[in-house]
Amino acid sequence: MIEFHLDARSGLSPYLQLIQQVRQALRLGLLSEGDQLPTVKDVVARLAINPNTVLKAYRELEYSGLVAARAGVGTFVTKTLADSSLAAHEPLRADLRDWLARARKAGLDDESIEALFATTFRALTEATTEAAIEEEVR
Amino acid sequence: MTAEAPVLQTTGLGKKYRSRWALRDCTLSVPAGHVTGLVGPNGAGKTTLLNLAVGLLAPTEGTVQVLGGEPAGNETQLAKVGFVAQDTPTYAGLSVADHLKLGKHMNPGWDAAVAEDRIARLDLDPKQKAGKLSGGQRAQLALTLAIAKRPEVLILDEPIASLDPLARREFLQTLMEVTAEHDLSVVMSSHLVSDLERICDYLVVLVNSRIQVAGEVETLLATHYQVTGPRCDPAALPADWQIVSASHTDRQSTLLVRSDTPVVEPGFTVDQIGLEDLVLSYLSEAGRTGSRGHKELEAQR
Amino acid sequence: MIWLSWRQFRPQALVAGCVLAGLAILLLSTGFGVAHLYHDSGLPGCPDTRACQHALFVFSNELRGSIYEFVFYLSIALIYLAPALIGAFWGAPLVAREAETGTLRLAWSQSVSRSRWLLVKVAMLGLTAMAVAGLLSLMLYLWSQTAYKAGKYASAHGPSGLSITRLSPLLFGTNGIAPIGYAAFAFAVGLAAGVLIKRTLPAMAVTLAVLALVLVGWPALVRSHLIPPVHTTSILRGPNIAGLGISGSQKMTVFVGADKPGAWVISDQAVNAAGQQYSGRPPRACLSKSFNGCTKAILALGLKQAISYEPASRYWALQGSETGAYLLFAVALAGACTLRIRRRRLA
Repeated sequence: MIEFHLDARSGLSPYLQLIQQVRQALRLGLLSEGDQLPTVKDVVARLAINPNTVLKAYRELEYSGLVAARAGVGTFVTKTLADSSLAAHEPLRADLRDWLARARKAGLDDESIEALFATTFRALTEATTEAAIEEEVR
Repeated sequence: MTAEAPVLQTTGLGKKYRSRWALRDCTLSVPAGHVTGLVGPNGAGKTTLLNLAVGLLAPTEGTVQVLGGEPAGNETQLAKVGFVAQDTPTYAGLSVADHLKLGKHMNPGWDAAVAEDRIARLDLDPKQKAGKLSGGQRAQLALTLAIAKRPEVLILDEPIASLDPLARREFLQTLMEVTAEHDLSVVMSSHLVSDLERICDYLVVLVNSRIQVAGEVETLLATHYQVTGPRCDPAALPADWQIVSASHTDRQSTLLVRSDTPVVEPGFTVDQIGLEDLVLSYLSEAGRTGSRGHKELEAQR
Repeated sequence: MIWLSWRQFRPQALVAGCVLAGLAILLLSTGFGVAHLYHDSGLPGCPDTRACQHALFVFSNELRGSIYEFVFYLSIALIYLAPALIGAFWGAPLVAREAETGTLRLAWSQSVSRSRWLLVKVAMLGLTAMAVAGLLSLMLYLWSQTAYKAGKYASAHGPSGLSITRLSPLLFGTNGIAPIGYAAFAFAVGLAAGVLIKRTLPAMAVTLAVLALVLVGWPALVRSHLIPPVHTTSILRGPNIAGLGISGSQKMTVFVGADKPGAWVISDQAVNAAGQQYSGRPPRACLSKSFNGCTKAILALGLKQAISYEPASRYWALQGSETGAYLLFAVALAGACTLRIRRRRLA
């Protein structure tokens, strides 16, 4: 069973954050088909948020076909978002841990690590997008 | 949600004490199935409105109905409403267990299992006198009494105002849990805006004894826009813009606009606004233009 | 609701219980002593007037200044104090304390209507107050049986040092059913003060002030009008002249003693033919020290003795009307309080 958390500083509204966290869990294989999502009661008891927020998030997930509500029992996962790339997750995670260790040893603080990752990721995404556009034009 | 009578419906409700109107011209229709936040500075009339809703006061003018019935009109009506008054009153000389007995003997719908479960989860000693409990524990006890009578609506008057942050969080966690578990409607007043954003989906802003704005939080957030642009004359702006507040420097104007249709105006930057900022704008604007200078704004970030 | 009323009333009830128990112990332990004195004095079955008068003299001598006299007056004080304390400590805080501490907002948001809330409490506390007062009256009555019996002998055999009349203003309110009426009324006054003032200490003060006024003023101003007293005018006889008051040589007042055993004598005067109290010049014979000459001279004035009194036979009638009146006021006050809190003037 996953646990939700809310980031007050994130630009997303609470219900969107909940949806995002479910999708992330599905992608990372933390949730698989048949697993039960936390009950509305448990979620609001931990996070102190309006039950309608959770209901709305679960309804939207249901609308996207990812979960299904069973009356009186709970909400269950019906589809997983994990794909074949899941197998690559462990080795990638190990590489990432090594990289992070090396970055720390080189003296980078948290902010520098995040900045380094963000700029490199953005540059790569832009380059990929530009390349794709050029492909299309051609 | 099935169609139910509104949790709180008032028409032109007003209450006068001697020469002062504590509440005036209050017309509301708060739907059931929501957690409603009643926010405003101290002295705005929140306690008066809630006391009218539970029948502790009688109106000077106008009408008030709760779940379609007259407040405290009969014992059935009393059983439908769970009320926690300001400062969460309890009997200092009675123990926690005595308070539960009180609930049992005075409420036909009393659910002893719910009450005992709550007390156990809160780790309260049943033999402890209520006068020796901490503020947070007393608030939780008062809430337990209100919940265990199995009402349809909970009305809470600033229950967390004098609690420390941890007690406040625990109270709200409990409140949301029971709201989900028992499918309750809640009307809660507060002068702290930040707590409301997480838990409320209906909002009523009360300043200087009058309603400033009321509606579903989603709708309010979707229909209010923060508009920034070069210094302008408010009269020259589109007619369907409802200017809630405006501030000008010699070069720039910042406006809070309410509009049912999306706001698009060349030369202006338009942003969504958060609930806390929205409420604060209404509070400060009403405080500025109100006849009484009550401007106790509480924004704990 | 009954449970809550009792739980909140428990401390006060315990205090009342202790006081009752304490008084009972005191009365029980001294009651036998009084009974012995009575028997030893020779009063029961005294054969003739001389013997009875002698026995009465012995009995009242023994009582005077004894611990029994002290216990008697203590009990009387307690019976008068009880309604005042009930009004101040049971009646006034009932609503005022909950208004002050804010717990009214808790009590009135349970599923019990305000009328029911108040009426159950009023019934429980009011009836208990009446029972306490009744018990006090009964306890003192049982204890002072012998004194009343002696009083009967005193009435039958002429004046003595012992005077104990149930109808007298001091004692009337401590026996029979009158204390029950006072207790109910005092409780209702306290309740009303609490409902109006909404703060405990001021309500208690007002209650005590009102009760003092009423309980002192009533016997003087109202009681004699409950059943109009009997007026008799008869020729002034020698034995009834109790004394003279002479100021200077201008004014003389004649004091008379009524001969109405067990009655409550309200006024007793020597009057002239017109019916006004005699206040003329003293006869010459009275300025000198001649007793017989003075008596003859006064009798020669042809004065009459005008008495207005309530006879002893009216005891229960008076008790009944007084208690009835107080109970009526109590019920009216309680009803008014119920109506007032229903109209939501308290928050």
